[in-house]
Amino acid sequence: MPVVVRLPTVLRSFAGGAEQVEVADAGTVGAVFAALEQQYPALHHRITDDQGGLRRHVNVYLGDDNVRDLDDLATPVSHGDELLVLPAVSGG
Amino acid sequence: MAEAVLLIGTRKGLWVGRSDDSRRQWTLEGPQFSMQGVYSVAADTRGEVPRLFAGGTSEHWGPGVFHSDDLGRSWDEPPEGSIRFPADTGTSLERVWQIQPGPAFEPEVVYAGAEPSSLWRSADRGVTFELVRGLWDHPHRPKWEPGFGGQAIHTVIPHPDDRNRVTVAMSTGGVYRTADGGDSWAASNSGIKAYFRPDPWPEFGQCVHKVAADAGRPDRLYAQNHHGVYRSDDGGGSWQSIADGLPSDFGFPVVSHPTEPDTLYVFPLVADGNRIPVDARFRVYRSTDAGKSWDALSAGLPSGPVYAPVLRDAMCADNMPGAAAGVYVGTRDGCVYASTDSGESWNEVARHLPDVLSLRAAVV
Repeated sequence: MPVVVRLPTVLRSFAGGAEQVEVADAGTVGAVFAALEQQYPALHHRITDDQGGLRRHVNVYLGDDNVRDLDDLATPVSHGDELLVLPAVSGG
Repeated sequence: MAEAVLLIGTRKGLWVGRSDDSRRQWTLEGPQFSMQGVYSVAADTRGEVPRLFAGGTSEHWGPGVFHSDDLGRSWDEPPEGSIRFPADTGTSLERVWQIQPGPAFEPEVVYAGAEPSSLWRSADRGVTFELVRGLWDHPHRPKWEPGFGGQAIHTVIPHPDDRNRVTVAMSTGGVYRTADGGDSWAASNSGIKAYFRPDPWPEFGQCVHKVAADAGRPDRLYAQNHHGVYRSDDGGGSWQSIADGLPSDFGFPVVSHPTEPDTLYVFPLVADGNRIPVDARFRVYRSTDAGKSWDALSAGLPSGPVYAPVLRDAMCADNMPGAAAGVYVGTRDGCVYASTDSGESWNEVARHLPDVLSLRAAVV
């Protein structure tokens, strides 16, 4: 089973309108997003900054946990896990 | 028949004004780029098809440079983005503060000024940009400090006749220029005061808010400084004050008339510590003698007290050939005023928009 990345509405246009995308063979959150760079470069560009880090006001949840509270991009994921991408409640 | 477009970049998206070439009645469309601060807009009229640009920043999803070949009805950007810092810089783009078409004889060249302070050059008319390494690697760069709004290059002035000469300005840092196509850069702030530093006359570190080139002499430059209005007659080699006659030497924008030499516009604010129009009166100041004297322009502008300032890129002039210049000014309380007679009289184009961050107009 691949890792599923669930997308907020505002990002779905960068994935052909899909509510979620799937990534196979990814061992970490970072590897999941690196794989997205190949499949959906525009989506990847909106979630990560120029150096591949999560954008400051983007949150990624593994279950109930913000991956920043785990091991950030090095957080391990396994087949069947779901990552939820959400905009942080910030900005003016 | 020619069409006029007015790009209004705001804190919450882009509005596009459209008019016929009389520029008297505007219809507004927008917002586009919802929830993005549109800090830079540009109209490139060099090609057969005009190309418009918008530099937006989403607090969540990051910055982008978008281009439109249908006068702002649809926009595009490459999937990977137009501007990306290379891996070896360890840096990420924060915001695009300026998009500037290159000289007329290089129609594919477009420059961008960005935060953190960096200059970018496009050779495909603004679709993809490359970092100008000569400035990024400048030994002064670690000492450039952020101004209140961030540390950014906000002004790019390509020389109209010489592809190797470009002038930029940043806050803070000041004015820098190259004469070898961007390989080497020299600070060009002699005569510009930095009152907030122990040495008020440093080689660099000034907080220059905006620079404009004169219509008649490309080596004549005007600078609105963080206190101080200056002119250079030698391409930035030295600067002299032209603030006498203004009610204040503080402000953000400076705009040159597009065709009449020695004519420029500023919008004075009280002071660094009180950034509202002087006497709460909304007045654009114009000089027609390169800063020797100034006239307050207010016909058609609000008569009541106005406390909203004008940001550095929220004033512009258009390129109307064979007619008096259009001059445009936008405020932090979301109003836009336009003049079709070089500033003698003004009309309201918009009100109650979000804060106006950037304005550019063109007749196409």
